[in-house]
Amino acid sequence: MLGYTITQWLFGTLSFLAIMFALMMVFTRSPVNSALYLIMTFFCIAGHYLLLNAQFLAIVQIVVYAGAIMVLFLYIIMLMNLNADEEPRKHVVTRAIAGIIGGMLLFVMVGALRGAEQLQTVQGGASQIGLVKNLGKVLFSEFLFPFEIASVLLLAALVGAIMIGKRDTNINSKETINN
Amino acid sequence: MLNGIPINFYIMLSAVLFIIGVVGVMARRNAIIIFMCIELMLNAVNLMLVAFSTLHNDANGQVFVFFIMAVAAAEVAVGLAILSMVYRNFKTIDIDLLSRLKN
Repeated sequence: MLGYTITQWLFGTLSFLAIMFALMMVFTRSPVNSALYLIMTFFCIAGHYLLLNAQFLAIVQIVVYAGAIMVLFLYIIMLMNLNADEEPRKHVVTRAIAGIIGGMLLFVMVGALRGAEQLQTVQGGASQIGLVKNLGKVLFSEFLFPFEIASVLLLAALVGAIMIGKRDTNINSKETINN
Repeated sequence: MLNGIPINFYIMLSAVLFIIGVVGVMARRNAIIIFMCIELMLNAVNLMLVAFSTLHNDANGQVFVFFIMAVAAAEVAVGLAILSMVYRNFKTIDIDLLSRLKN
């Protein structure tokens, strides 16, 4: 088809969809719709990981990001009962300035990165490092200590979230214990 | 998959996704949406790391992405706990109204 391989077609389609869903995430007024568009963006990025033959990260992307983190977001949005009618909006001048700054940043980045590694192509199918077996070997030999530290970090985040989110029943309960 | 994709395309794609996240942070007032835009920026960086890791056939980049995901999960848990606490105390998560940190 027009001289393009199926990999290039998939890359183009996934890129277009990811950018479209990201734009809709930013410009939709309803927070619930915004979160759903972000889930679609994460699925498109998982598709990109599959194209790069990073199968482990594609599955982790779907399970952790689209599954766990976004469900947490949706749960909090529904708990706060946010909807499009009460959604605060910045002044139109502020939004225009944000768009202009973003455009300028994009211009600078495209200009700076345009010639980078022009001739190299990513051979997705040839690389075997993204498979669970090979990545697990690296993770549990070279990166064993950071892996254990990450588990401590997750435990600390769990305890912190519970401590912050706990409804402090009354301030003087501590004083009663002390007394 | 004989015909690969130039690394330029991956650089451009993640730059565009990152800048959409930056514009979202600047243009929105809802704190939860700003959080989601930060997640989008993290994902743009992750995509870049995986592309270069595959290009150089080096597994370290993908392990880094794995750790970034773990840190992002921890960050979201604590951040959303703080936001729900703020909402319970002030009944709003509009950052323009919360800019004083004190009522």
